[in-house]
Amino acid sequence: MEQRGGGARVLLKLTWIELKLFLREPTTLVFTFAFPVVLLFVLGEVFGNQPGGTDRRIFGGWGAMNYYVPAYIAVVTMSVGVIMLPARLTGYRAGGVLRRFRASLVPIWAVLGSQVLAALVLGVIGSVLVAAFGSLFYPVHVPDSLALLAAGFLLCAAAFAAIGTLLGAVMPSTRAAQGAGLMLFFVMLFLGGAGPPTGVMSDTMKRIGDFLPLTYGVDLLQASWNGTGWDGSAALVLGVILIVAGWLSLRVYRWG
Amino acid sequence: MRLRSQGESGTLSRMPPVIAVEHLRKTYSHHVVAVADVSFEVERGEIFGLLGSNGAGKTTTVECVQGLRTPTGGTVRVFGLDPRTSSGALRGRIGCQLQESRLPDHLKVWEALDLFASLTPGAADWRTLIKQWGLAEKRNATFSSLSGGQRQRLFIALALVSDPEVVFLDEMTTGLDPAARRIAWDLIEEIRDHGTTVVLVTHFMDEAERLCDRVAVVDKGAIIALDTPRGLVVRYDPLEQVVFSAPDEDMDWLQRVPGAQKVCRRGTRMVVEGSGPLLAHVAAALVERGYAPDDLRVIEPSLEDVFLKLTGHPVEV
Repeated sequence: MEQRGGGARVLLKLTWIELKLFLREPTTLVFTFAFPVVLLFVLGEVFGNQPGGTDRRIFGGWGAMNYYVPAYIAVVTMSVGVIMLPARLTGYRAGGVLRRFRASLVPIWAVLGSQVLAALVLGVIGSVLVAAFGSLFYPVHVPDSLALLAAGFLLCAAAFAAIGTLLGAVMPSTRAAQGAGLMLFFVMLFLGGAGPPTGVMSDTMKRIGDFLPLTYGVDLLQASWNGTGWDGSAALVLGVILIVAGWLSLRVYRWG
Repeated sequence: MRLRSQGESGTLSRMPPVIAVEHLRKTYSHHVVAVADVSFEVERGEIFGLLGSNGAGKTTTVECVQGLRTPTGGTVRVFGLDPRTSSGALRGRIGCQLQESRLPDHLKVWEALDLFASLTPGAADWRTLIKQWGLAEKRNATFSSLSGGQRQRLFIALALVSDPEVVFLDEMTTGLDPAARRIAWDLIEEIRDHGTTVVLVTHFMDEAERLCDRVAVVDKGAIIALDTPRGLVVRYDPLEQVVFSAPDEDMDWLQRVPGAQKVCRRGTRMVVEGSGPLLAHVAAALVERGYAPDDLRVIEPSLEDVFLKLTGHPVEV
């Protein structure tokens, strides 16, 4: 019992330290928090938020910003998951930080857990920024169901954290992890529904999109924000990703 | 009944060793033998040294003891526990300073100490450690801004922050300047005097000679000698040398000085090698023949001479 309590304290302390370390790295900070807002600004200026102002099919009958704000919440969780997490985890392994932790018998679940918790907190902050920007400058309506949105956000963030942890476990170096992370990020950004909306995509683009986790994150969050309810099939896909990637990364992760 | 009485007499006669290593073997990919066959015990409260060249197998040996590597063969026990399977029970009881490790670049000195202290409930006060190891003014510096010596001192402080019962120090004075080395040595002796067992891995002869209660000389994955530093010298290289400046003339009569075994000339100096009260006899013989060199002195055999004799090669840095 006592040991478990101690483990939880170590987990929280590591998470707090991870968050402080994040704030001391300007590049990651800007990329995670400012980049989605800048993209949202461009999209908002181009499309505005008049429902039906553009072709109804393009944004699923919603205003463009009602389409994009939930999509960019999914993008924030993806950015933290596939860019920040793998770089951090591979860096720790290659540099000997993990050896240092391991020699002091820090449990591996606390090391991985603190990364995931920190990613979750950063995801919340980034999402609040995106949502605040959207509702302040464009008349984006409030989410139809906050509870469903929160549940969708958690599932989406957890699935991307699992993907990021898996990348961190299998990538041989920080450079490789950064390369793979950035490539995944941009492919998903443009083909997963956060760039051109699904309504204007060619069949080929849609077929590629079907293989991208972001597509399902965008679908899930848009549905709960815009009142179409809980997208069960998207949630199922994300759930499977979470379980498989999470299980694999715990199996594969080496102390280094 | 019988079992219990045996146990009682066991604890009465002798404290169990802190570390017991029996026939440890570690090979990498079937070809490279890092540790061939190593057995030793470390008693409570001693400074135990593993002395050898780089690549001799010292670090692999302690990494197996720390539970960082899985031995290919043999057994390792720390406080009677297997370090591979009992990491939870050993947390806080052992402290490690690793040869190659890092902290996150932007982590501050105090945050690192605070984090590692939080791993164990009864941890030492890191505010004292930070002063002892000369890092007080670097409290808010990030890890990447520290010099090599400062990083080294931080890692030693981290090894000690849980107030461990046994601490492993792997090449702890590498990167330290001479003054910092002396301070580190004094502090390590202080730690031992407080009852902490110390396992010291080093390739520095002077460090082993100065600090260790017992030294295991490691060469090619095996322990080739194990004794106190003095004991090693007496056993393997008991000869001392008497040295003095002398004019360039025949001094063969020195061979007949009691205790002398070998006489040779080294430049402007004569060297008489032997045992017993050699200095007194040489001095008497010199005065008798009208010589009075003003630099007559004894060179005691050192651990370095023993090492050379045992391994056939000088320590490689």
